[in-house]
Amino acid sequence: MAISQDTIEQVESVSEKYKYGFVSDIKADTAPIGLSENIVRFISAKKEEPEWLLEWRLKAYRYWLEMVEPTWAKVDYPKIDFQDIYYYSAPKQKEKLKSLDEVDPEILEVYKKLGISLKEQEVLAGVEGAANIAVDAVFDSVSVATTFRKRLEEEGVIFCPISEAVKNHPDLVKKYLGSVVPYTDNFYSALNCAVFTDGSFVYIPKGVRCPMELSTYFRINAAQTGQFERTLIIADDDSYVSYLEGCTAPMRDENQLHAAVVELVIMDRAEVKYSTVQNWYPGDKDGKGGIYNFVTKRAACRGVSSKVSWTQVETGSAVTWKYPSCILQGDNSVGEFYSIAITNNYQQADTGTKMIHLGKNTSSTIISKGISAGQAQSTYRGLVRMGRKAVNARNHTVCDSLLIGDKCGAHTVPYIENQSRTATIEHEATTSKISEEQLFYCQQRGLSEEESMALIVNGFCKEVLQKLPMEFAVEAQKLVGISLEGSVG
Amino acid sequence: MLEIKNLHATVGGKKILKGINLTINPGEIHAVMGPNGAGKSTLSYVLSGRSGYDVTSGSVTYQGQNLLDMTPDVRASSGIFLAFQYPVEIPGVASATFLKTALNAQRRFRGEEELDAIQFLKLVRSKTKELGIKDDMLKRPVNVGFSGGEKKRNEVLQMALLEPTLMLLDETDSGLDIDALKVAADGVNRLRSPERSALIITHYQRLLDYIVPDFVHVLADGKIVKSGDKSLALELEEKGYADICAA
Repeated sequence: MAISQDTIEQVESVSEKYKYGFVSDIKADTAPIGLSENIVRFISAKKEEPEWLLEWRLKAYRYWLEMVEPTWAKVDYPKIDFQDIYYYSAPKQKEKLKSLDEVDPEILEVYKKLGISLKEQEVLAGVEGAANIAVDAVFDSVSVATTFRKRLEEEGVIFCPISEAVKNHPDLVKKYLGSVVPYTDNFYSALNCAVFTDGSFVYIPKGVRCPMELSTYFRINAAQTGQFERTLIIADDDSYVSYLEGCTAPMRDENQLHAAVVELVIMDRAEVKYSTVQNWYPGDKDGKGGIYNFVTKRAACRGVSSKVSWTQVETGSAVTWKYPSCILQGDNSVGEFYSIAITNNYQQADTGTKMIHLGKNTSSTIISKGISAGQAQSTYRGLVRMGRKAVNARNHTVCDSLLIGDKCGAHTVPYIENQSRTATIEHEATTSKISEEQLFYCQQRGLSEEESMALIVNGFCKEVLQKLPMEFAVEAQKLVGISLEGSVG
Repeated sequence: MLEIKNLHATVGGKKILKGINLTINPGEIHAVMGPNGAGKSTLSYVLSGRSGYDVTSGSVTYQGQNLLDMTPDVRASSGIFLAFQYPVEIPGVASATFLKTALNAQRRFRGEEELDAIQFLKLVRSKTKELGIKDDMLKRPVNVGFSGGEKKRNEVLQMALLEPTLMLLDETDSGLDIDALKVAADGVNRLRSPERSALIITHYQRLLDYIVPDFVHVLADGKIVKSGDKSLALELEEKGYADICAA
């Protein structure tokens, strides 16, 4: 699927300013600034959590205190003062929401401004006959509205804020939370375990093909509020689900921290498609402001012939540190990673994946497209590990980088560890520059310079864009154009 | 339609065009011939607005407006089409998408309604049929893996679809076998009309057997040294450039 006319129009209509740079005025119920055991207790109490979860959070917090912030990534940013962040901020609500009509109109207004002009806007507005996309909206740490729950309930699918799952499905949460990304995993995931505020929970029962795309929108709204959301998806035997996460944040001068954790558990013959479109505020053209996006995403293919696909379109954030990974434990399990990372101006992205092959006949595919413009630095960092028992395991990796201008950089850092004699590992990498010839050719046919750029870059990303669900592919194409604005000339 | 007066242009600081004077009226086909390095391609790039081709003096008026003030895309949307000597590959972008995007960009510029996918497909299929071009070309990425002949056919198809007012053909005949040459010529001839003009740049007389020009100009060392009718092309073929240029 390539660029559409609609895309071109959209690109044209968007001004140089960050489109999502507005601040909503909703009274926040905010915890005092800084981090301590008391704050962890405050969050847990706010969420009315059971004792075991509080204990887990505290263990994570104490562990985190002993940890050191990682510095191996090729990103450069001023040291984060973790005591200068608000860890909890919930939009004030009168009482529990029974239906969408009760959602704060200002929150709905925010969605409107976001241009969630896909079907979700209608879905959120509760329009009859709106498309089959269920949206769980996370607005500054609290899930505001979960739609389509009833339709999902009929199939036995659970899709709700994780805080609610803690209350209503404690056994599932207790069994799987932290089972893929334990609190000891890394600095940011430990922090997340201690202070996560909300996120989505999905359970697809045995043999169920989820009847619609599940979708979550995250927004960071209050100033200096770190967003620490936690997503847990469990696909039971022979089930299927496609999940999309989209993100935007309003414009702020201070950098905002975002440290999410996503865990996927995939059983026998089950399949999860997880797609992300991330366009958080990247900072201005001088590199001021923007989101720090330090995310841990991991899928455990526990069952035989289970399958996971990570598809990501990363155009936002000032600094990105993200490696959606697959643990291919079940025999014949399949892991896929399709990524587009666009960096412009002073953005930095260090992103890639980890494919850990443990089971027999496991296979993985990595297709990474990195685009750098302005002064941006983009790094692909990927690990392919073949364990001793990974008989006949296969990996194929393709890393393509595209440079726009001569002040940006693209770097490819593949790590390969092979303990299996029968494994096959292939790695291809290319780096190219967008050529003046291509631009002129498009312009000579009537496209403006920026339209030409968007068209060429969309072509470069095509293999990955094709992997996105249809509704979001169009939005992603627009984003590609928008995020490269000002990179020409 | 097009009036070039005393046009001087440089490429990378080097003087290439040294005072071109040329007037093209509606409906006329002009051929520009000349030896290698005479400035033929430079002329086509200057007219289409490619960066790096700097006009140092002179003027170009197109449909009463100063052409040199327009950006390349505005020139294109105003009806100037350059058929490239070496058409450029755009990986991942299907030819059909490219064509539709270009056509709609031009229609939008002219204040016309854009075509939707179905209208576009109908239109483009009628053009491929007319020109005897296989539809599968539309699905393939622009010029990627195309043979020399296919690339030129693609240029002709684009031209047929965009229906320009002024066609610039930059050595469209180079590297073409006789069948492909006929397709290219056919494409131009189909577009011939009292309102439409063409500037055909070529080394050889051969193409002009199929696209019969009203005027033939000889370009040498950045200047038009001789002009005439179709017979001049034949004369060139017989005597070579050296004689004519020296004369």
